[in-house]
Amino acid sequence: MAVGAFADRGADLELVGIEKRFPGFTAIENLHLTIPAGSFFALLGPSGCGKTTTLRLVAGLEEPTSGRILIGGEDVTDQKSFQRPVNTVFQSYALFPHMTVLENVAFGLRRRKIGDPVAKAHEALLLVELDHLAHRKPQQLSGGQQQRVALARAIVNRPALLLLDEPLGALDLKLRRQMQLELKTIQEEVGLTFLHVTHDQEEAMTMADTIAVMNKGRIEQMGEPQQLYELPKTAFVANFLGQSNLFTGPVVSTTSSAIAVDVFGQQIVVPLKRAHRVSGEVTIGVRPEKLTLHADAPTHDSSRNVMGPGKVIDVSFSGVSTQYLVAVHGVGTLVVFAQNVAFGPAAQVGAEVWLSWNVDHGFGLDDDPAQAPRFEADLDTRTIAQQRRSSLITELEEA
Amino acid sequence: MAFAAFSSTTAPSTDPVARRRSPVALFLLLPGILYLVLFFLTPLVSLLLTSFQAPREFGDIGQYDYAFRWQNYVEVVTTYWPHIVRSFSYALAATFFALLISYPLAYFIGVKARKWPLLQSLMLVLVIAPFFISFLLRTLAWKQLFADESFVVQSLKALSLLGPEAHVTGTAFSVIFGLTYNFIPFMTLPLYTTLERLDVRYLEAGSDLYASPFQVFQKVTIPLSMPGIVAGTLLTFIPAAGDYINAGRDFLGGTGTQMMGNVIEANFLVLQNYPSAAALSIILMTVILVIVSIYVKRSGTEELL
Repeated sequence: MAVGAFADRGADLELVGIEKRFPGFTAIENLHLTIPAGSFFALLGPSGCGKTTTLRLVAGLEEPTSGRILIGGEDVTDQKSFQRPVNTVFQSYALFPHMTVLENVAFGLRRRKIGDPVAKAHEALLLVELDHLAHRKPQQLSGGQQQRVALARAIVNRPALLLLDEPLGALDLKLRRQMQLELKTIQEEVGLTFLHVTHDQEEAMTMADTIAVMNKGRIEQMGEPQQLYELPKTAFVANFLGQSNLFTGPVVSTTSSAIAVDVFGQQIVVPLKRAHRVSGEVTIGVRPEKLTLHADAPTHDSSRNVMGPGKVIDVSFSGVSTQYLVAVHGVGTLVVFAQNVAFGPAAQVGAEVWLSWNVDHGFGLDDDPAQAPRFEADLDTRTIAQQRRSSLITELEEA
Repeated sequence: MAFAAFSSTTAPSTDPVARRRSPVALFLLLPGILYLVLFFLTPLVSLLLTSFQAPREFGDIGQYDYAFRWQNYVEVVTTYWPHIVRSFSYALAATFFALLISYPLAYFIGVKARKWPLLQSLMLVLVIAPFFISFLLRTLAWKQLFADESFVVQSLKALSLLGPEAHVTGTAFSVIFGLTYNFIPFMTLPLYTTLERLDVRYLEAGSDLYASPFQVFQKVTIPLSMPGIVAGTLLTFIPAAGDYINAGRDFLGGTGTQMMGNVIEANFLVLQNYPSAAALSIILMTVILVIVSIYVKRSGTEELL
């Protein structure tokens, strides 16, 4: 850390073979990660997946059991947190209650003996539009304002790397959207490297250039948000990042451009370039919004996969779209999102329907279906609840 | 400070239900008010009146009449000013040393030992344990330990760390030592209660913002534990300034170490000079009140309390 000077641009972060063991469990195992300078990187995963531990390792608040941490090419593994060119926006904000907002923001500048800390703190507060509250104490601010102060307190130091630990978790939806936009704008304006840890997939997708989905101390898949959503590699990613309908079956035929999978007697075609595994038992999937409901069996069309007949077992209206749960015998329950273009639901509970989707919208996972269960047990609570519900419905159906 | 907790109840209430209930509240407060009037206000007024009494003309020793003899105050200050100065400097020194010893101790119990609750409670019991023995006995025990014939003093003399004619008892050292020792639990417990609630995430934030461990301690830990420091120093300083056991000749003190408490005791019980004793008591009380209110105001802990 250079005393009296700002980092002139973001630095890249490199984690080499990081391992972190706590007594009784391993939080992170053999993590390799490179975050290019100036990017907005999101580490996404359910609680307990090791993402916060990763962040704390980078901040210097925990020591890795083994492995190296490099910031801008410099090995900082043995540096204490106050020596690293890194600042954190904490989940709890951790604003000092005995200092005014202004003093909180100037704290880092004063420690580094940077000239004119008060003026620079005012500038940072202007950036988050809170300069008029500079002389209040943190307790006198609302949650959203405190969050912005925490952000100002970190970015005022112009760290080479800014760490964000679920900083928007405590905010209501509207304020969260607003803050997401502000954060993104600030990141583009000041050109810092952001490492954002979150369990909110939507937040990660709207803000980050690159997302790494983390599960059980490992990175499952890394890439651009769109790529991750369109072509998930594992069942975990397919279900954690949005929802997915997954089917398992053997590959029955392969052409130069596609594979055909037998799913309980129905042939499903997946383009070769969208499939990670091309032989043997495979898991394939399709996103719920890609599915179309049909009241009658659709005529055969080689560009569309058809599944059915199935029975609508639940219809839930959510404004923009309606979610249907369709039980297809032998396959399980499928989720369908349909845009509410016309009035009223397209199908009622109990109706017999067929489902179809464009062949190009399917994807094939990299998981070995023999090893990985169809659904990972360790998911976020919402998904688990949904699974419970659908399995219960299937059970009732079969009884 | 602590009185702030009651301030909201004295605010005029517009709620009709609350107003209807107020006689009940008054009734509930009655025992407390009666107690204070009887056992605090009455003696205080009596003390104040006594302090202005004049000796009875042609009366015996110890016979005084009510008057307005303000010269009593001038007399005690001119006679006993060394004792007054000594009282407050001894109390200040004892408070300082008690804080120096108690803070690391309380920090260890309240912050470092959080992972081991059993150790935490064991250490707290050890802090309180001396209370199970009368402090008179404990102070007498220290007198034995510091006596001229004791092993400690003999060894120090043998090592030439003490001169052959030197004493430990009866010196300023032994009185301040006794005061410090006796008030350490009163310092440690309030410090422990604030440090136990100290959120270590603030310390992490400080470290993340380029503060070295010493700076984190100075800029974050100390200010956040200010309520405990204020409470602990008050609980030590106030009783220590009026203490007359440690400085007493029967215990750790000597002729040259007498404090205000000893002078008040002597005037009341031996010399039977009640006005002087009362005037000294009033002076002691006033000085403490002034010092404490300046201290509480200056430490700026209102928001943290």
